[in-house]
Amino acid sequence: MKSKITLAFDICKKEKRPALITYTVAGDNTKNNSLKILNELSKHADILELGFAHNTPIADGGQIQGSSHRALKNGIKLKDVFQIVKKFKKINPHKPIILMGYFNLIFQNGENNFLKSCKSSGVDGLIIVDLPYPENKKFANKCKRKSINFIQLLSPTTSKDRMKKIIKDSHDMIYYISMLSTTGGKLKVSPKKILHNYNAIKRINPKKNLVIGFGITDKTISSLKSANGLVVGSMLCKTITESLKMRQNPVTKLGKVVYNLKSKII
Amino acid sequence: MSLKIKRNIPLIDQHDKNFMYGGKFGGNFIPETLKKPIDDLTKLFTKLRKDKKFLNERDYHFKNYVGAPTPFIKLENLTDHLGGAQIYAKVVSEANGGAHKIYNATVHCLIAKKAGKKYIVGDTGAGYAGKMLSMAAKKFDLKCKIFMGAKDIKRQRPNVEAMKKNGAKIVPVTTGSQTLVDAVSECMRYWVSNCDTTHMCVGSTVGPNIFIKICAWSTAQISRELIKQVYEEFGRVPNKLKLINCVGGGSSAAGFWNEFINTKAQLIGVEAGGPNNSTLHAAPLTNGSKIGILHGAAQYVIQDKEGQIGSTESISAGLDYPGISPLHCFLKDTKRARYTSASDEEALEAYQLVSKLENISPSLEPSHAFAEAIKLAPKLNSSEVIVVNSCGDSLKDKDIIKQKLGSYIR
Repeated sequence: MKSKITLAFDICKKEKRPALITYTVAGDNTKNNSLKILNELSKHADILELGFAHNTPIADGGQIQGSSHRALKNGIKLKDVFQIVKKFKKINPHKPIILMGYFNLIFQNGENNFLKSCKSSGVDGLIIVDLPYPENKKFANKCKRKSINFIQLLSPTTSKDRMKKIIKDSHDMIYYISMLSTTGGKLKVSPKKILHNYNAIKRINPKKNLVIGFGITDKTISSLKSANGLVVGSMLCKTITESLKMRQNPVTKLGKVVYNLKSKII
Repeated sequence: MSLKIKRNIPLIDQHDKNFMYGGKFGGNFIPETLKKPIDDLTKLFTKLRKDKKFLNERDYHFKNYVGAPTPFIKLENLTDHLGGAQIYAKVVSEANGGAHKIYNATVHCLIAKKAGKKYIVGDTGAGYAGKMLSMAAKKFDLKCKIFMGAKDIKRQRPNVEAMKKNGAKIVPVTTGSQTLVDAVSECMRYWVSNCDTTHMCVGSTVGPNIFIKICAWSTAQISRELIKQVYEEFGRVPNKLKLINCVGGGSSAAGFWNEFINTKAQLIGVEAGGPNNSTLHAAPLTNGSKIGILHGAAQYVIQDKEGQIGSTESISAGLDYPGISPLHCFLKDTKRARYTSASDEEALEAYQLVSKLENISPSLEPSHAFAEAIKLAPKLNSSEVIVVNSCGDSLKDKDIIKQKLGSYIR
């Protein structure tokens, strides 16, 4: 049976456009709003990434750190994250949700326990920022047995040999980090160069769904639309920060932003 | 199953193929982007530590730049005052710059040169790691950036001034608790973005495995000197010799003990217990914290049930860190070393007593170790020997000491 993630990519391919993938942090700016935000985003986005906040992140840029900080200040716990997913899935059973975060939270929760909660709440995939290949093999296999996608990351520093191995062991989706940066950095590499690297990876296995993330905003997204998928995160976190500052409703504001993003890639 | 130290393998190499000590501590929990730079650095260091020319270079700079060997002295007055064990100090604070951090900083600069990097970045808590890195960077002609928590910038002024004088750019870190833990995170984040041009120096025996190795390999100079000095003084390693060292990240203790791992010397690590009336501390080993992942490595770390890293409190900025080197977790679980803690107040008293009686004046970090020595010595026989690593000088803590005790003596 095809996973919901694969099905989402299939639809986008039929429509000859990349999948739009959003990232927001669970509990930002409140638990309730976080669910409303997911519902709003899902009108235009194809896959939703949902961050579970950690207070010592080693790869997040300022915007996502800000979102995580707000979420943690609100007392967000893993069980709340799963609640949000569960409630979202009740309304949107077919929209894939990918949880993203750092390994220590899974480690403390217990790998099996964590995966059980993923399964029962309807999580479709996982991105673990600080659990690289091959150290992640065991955990990735556990995910596979539970039909949860473990999403491998590739970066501009990943050697070709290593890429081949990672791709061979990957599941339905692979994430290419566009540049040497934490999340939300300014795109410091030309889209042409990014697509050049992207195509080189695709040639290793054209069947794998490969998405590009880091540094993607409304300004850069259209130039990368030949990819299978594009992830926008920091720009959304920034939108929440700014609407809170202006006392605007982050939910409606995000709706407009994501509509605009989508319009640039269709 | 209890863990065991394998004989004839250096402490830093006691890990498995996943770089885990005892299968439990350390490893490389890092973003994909850092895999290659860390791999490259690992290969380079593996080559360099066997390279005679590089070793000669290191020894040359340790001798002529750092100033090896640092003194090994008997603290006659303190010994008389306490009336028990013979108390000695390894005065590592006599090293260039005033603390053990100079060993790691020097070696990292030498490695950065070999790797062809022009920029070097590092983190700092007490400011020593930053000060030394800025000094060494200046000497070896590298552009230097230091990440330091905003709270630490305020409480460790003298070292901040020194860094500025050395031409380093200080980046204040205003996230989280604004102390060492956040400085390390921010420094790692910076490296993720700049790893193609920049070498990173982690200031202690923490972080991804290679940084633990380079740091402990560098500070091992302390015990290479000490074991010779001990033989000169006693003709052997005395029975029940106690080597007492403070532990924050654990770099000075790892270096102080390295050559004694296979001897019968007793190794005692003293963590920061925090203020007497506070529930906060920086002593994950003493207080039985659970294993978690911090800054790329599995270790005993102060955290909540969810896995969020916990707050710490200590008068000593250099020990104010929620984690602890995987090497020390391994030494604890193998029972090769014993760990305890001293409170802020005990450390202050120890600073006062040692500074009053002796010609040395330990900073608040080694004052934690002296506090343990002061507790132990009266209970021991006069034939027993305690050596304390006096790995920093109190001058940098002048402001804090004045504020707490009303006056500063040195």
